[in-house]
Amino acid sequence: MRIIFKTSYLQDIKLLKHNGYIFWYGVLLFALLIAPAVLGEFYIGEMAFIFIYAIAGLGLMILVGFTGLPSLGHAAFMAIGAYANAYFLHKGVPFLISIFLAGLISFGVGALITVPLRRMTGIYFAIASLAFAIIVEEIIAHWKSVTGGLGGMSVDNPVIFGFELDSTWHFYFLCLAILLAVLYCTLNLIRSPSGRAFIAIRDSEISAESMGINLSIYKIKSFAISGCFTGLAGALFAHRLSFLTPDAFNFLLSIQLLMMVVVGGLGTVHGAIFGAIFVGLLPQVIAIAKDYLPPAIGQFPGLEPGLFGIIMVLFIIFEPMGLYGRWVKFKLFFDMFPLYRKATFKRQKTYLKTERVQ
Amino acid sequence: MTFFKAENISIDFGGIRAVNDVSFDVEKGTIFTIVGPNGAGKTTIFNIISRIYNLTEGRIIFEDKDITRLPAHQVVNLGIARTFQNIELFEHATVLHNLLIGRHIYCRSTFFSDLFFLPSVKRMELELRRKVEDVIDFLDLQHYRNQLIQNLPYGVRKIVELGRALCTEPKLLLLDEPASGLNVDETENMSFWIDDIKKLLGISVIMVEHNMNLVSQVSDHVLAINYGRVLADGTPKEVQTNPDVIKAYLGEDKDV
Ligand SMILES: Nc1ncnc2c1ncn2[C@@H]1O[C@H](COP(=O)(O)OP(=O)(O)OP(=O)(O)O)[C@@H](O)[C@H]1O
Ligand SMILES: [Mg+2]
Repeated sequence: MRIIFKTSYLQDIKLLKHNGYIFWYGVLLFALLIAPAVLGEFYIGEMAFIFIYAIAGLGLMILVGFTGLPSLGHAAFMAIGAYANAYFLHKGVPFLISIFLAGLISFGVGALITVPLRRMTGIYFAIASLAFAIIVEEIIAHWKSVTGGLGGMSVDNPVIFGFELDSTWHFYFLCLAILLAVLYCTLNLIRSPSGRAFIAIRDSEISAESMGINLSIYKIKSFAISGCFTGLAGALFAHRLSFLTPDAFNFLLSIQLLMMVVVGGLGTVHGAIFGAIFVGLLPQVIAIAKDYLPPAIGQFPGLEPGLFGIIMVLFIIFEPMGLYGRWVKFKLFFDMFPLYRKATFKRQKTYLKTERVQ
Repeated sequence: MTFFKAENISIDFGGIRAVNDVSFDVEKGTIFTIVGPNGAGKTTIFNIISRIYNLTEGRIIFEDKDITRLPAHQVVNLGIARTFQNIELFEHATVLHNLLIGRHIYCRSTFFSDLFFLPSVKRMELELRRKVEDVIDFLDLQHYRNQLIQNLPYGVRKIVELGRALCTEPKLLLLDEPASGLNVDETENMSFWIDDIKKLLGISVIMVEHNMNLVSQVSDHVLAINYGRVLADGTPKEVQTNPDVIKAYLGEDKDV
C-alpha cells in the first residue's frame, strides 16, 4: 500500500501527483508512440478510431459525468464537426484552421442550444437534446448546397503545412495529438473553478446556486465545451469515414457515445477513455461472435443496438461506477492485500432525500 | 443603518399562505432564532431570504439594500450564506472540494484560463486553499479533508455544510436546524461553534432550531411562529414562557 505524503497545497492541484504516475503514464505514452512501428495497419486504424471515440467521450463526460446533464443528442455535434471540417476543406481552408473552425462552430452551437435547455434536468433534458439531434440530422439532409444532402459529400485528406496526411499512421498521430490536447484541457477544467462548479451543479443545483454559482452560465459553458470536443472528434471522424452521409450520425451513434461514458464510469476522466476502448472493441467482438452464433441470433437485425442497450442496463444495475470503478477496486484489492474488505465500497449509510428544498 | 429586516413578508403556495405578514429585525452581531412547530413556515422564510422562492408580498432589506428581487445566485455575494435542513452537500466530491466551492464567489478566473490552467489560476487556487484550510482548522475537519461526503457520518456532514457556508465569509449566516440529528456531544460542539462564529468571527446568525436548550444557550433574540404567523418575539426566556407559544407546542415538545 502506498502512502502519499502531503508536503504542500501545490501537490493537490498537480496533474501527476507522484513519480509513480509519471512513470506509468510515460510508459503508456511511449507505447502509443512506437505502436505504428510495431503493429499492423489495421490495428493502427482501429486505435485511431478509439482515440476519436475517446475525444468525443471526454466531451460527453464533461456534460453527463461532471455536470449531470444526460445528452441523448451528441451525435449532432459529431455531425456538425464532421460537416464543418469537410466543408471548409472543400473551400480550400488549410486543415488546421478548418478543424479549429469545426471546434469553434460546435462550441457556438453547444452554447446556443443550452439557452432553451438550461432550466431542464434529467429526462426532460435528455428528450430535448434528442430532439435537437433529430433537427440537426434533418438540416444536414436538406441543406444540399453545404452538406450535399442525402447524396453525401466526400472529405479531402488533411494537409498540414504542405504535407499531406494520407497514410494510416499519419492519421493515427493526428488523432493522438488532438486526444492529448483535449485530455489536457479536460483535466485542467476539472481541477479549476469551472469544473468544480460543474460538479456542484451535478450534485445539488439548489446549493450550487446558494454558493453563488450562476446555473445558466455554467450549464452553457459545460455544454459549449462538451460540444466543442465532440465536434473535434467529429472532424476527425469525417476523415476516417472519408465520405459523409447524414445517416452516419443517427440516434445509434448518440446512444453509443452515451454508453461509452456510462460503461466507462460516470464522473471520471479515466471512464471516458476506458469506455472508448470498450465501445471501439465491442463491434469487433460482436462481428467475431456472429460467426459462432446460430444464424437465428447472429443474423438477427438490430443485434448490435440491442446489445448496446443490454450492456448499458447491466452496467447501471451492477456496476454504476463503470469499468473505471471496477479497475479502482481491483487496484485497491492488490494495494491492500490481505486487508481488503468486501464492504470497502459500501456506503456507510444511505440517507433518503425526501424533500429537495429544505 | 438597517442590518437585516423582513418587512411584512407573505408567500402563497396555491391557496395556502405558508408565511403570513411576518416582520422581524436582526441586529448586527447577534444570533436570532426562529422557532415553531413542524410546518410553521420556518424553512420557507429561509428560502425566501435566499431567493429560492419569490415573495407574494413584503420586502427583505439587507444592509440598506432591497434584496427582494435579487437573483438567487447573487445573494451570497452580498454576504448571506446558508445551510439546509436536509443537508445539501456535493455528495460525490471530497470535503475539500465542497469547501472550495464555498469560495466560488472569490474565483476570478475566466473559462479559458481555466481550460489551460494558467499560472494566474494556479496562484488563485493556492490562495483559495489557504482560506479553506483556515475553516478546516476552525472546525477541526483535518481528518476528513480528502474523504467523499457520501462516506461521512451524518454529524460530520452537518459540520462540513457549516464549513462550506463559512468559506463564503458571510456577514449573515442562515442555519436551518443545525443540531437536528446530532447526538448530545455533537449538539454541544455545535453550540460552541455557533457561539464562536458570533464572537470570534463576528458573523450574525439567523437560526431555525427545535432544541430549546441550544436555543436558550446561544440566542440573543427569539421569534416564535405558527401557521406562518408571528406568535411571540423577545428574549429566549420571554418567548419560552409566552402562553401562546406554550399552547402551540403543547403535547408536542415537553421542553417548552
Ligand atoms: N414549495 C412548496 N410548495 C407548496 N407548499 C410548500 C412549499 N414549501 C413549503 N410549503 C408548505 O409551507 C408550510 C411550511 O413549510 P416549512 O418547510 O417552511 O415548515 P418548517 O417550519 O420548516 O417545518 P419543519 O420544522 O418541519 O422543518 C408547510 O405546510 C409546507 O407544506
Ligand atoms: Mg424546516
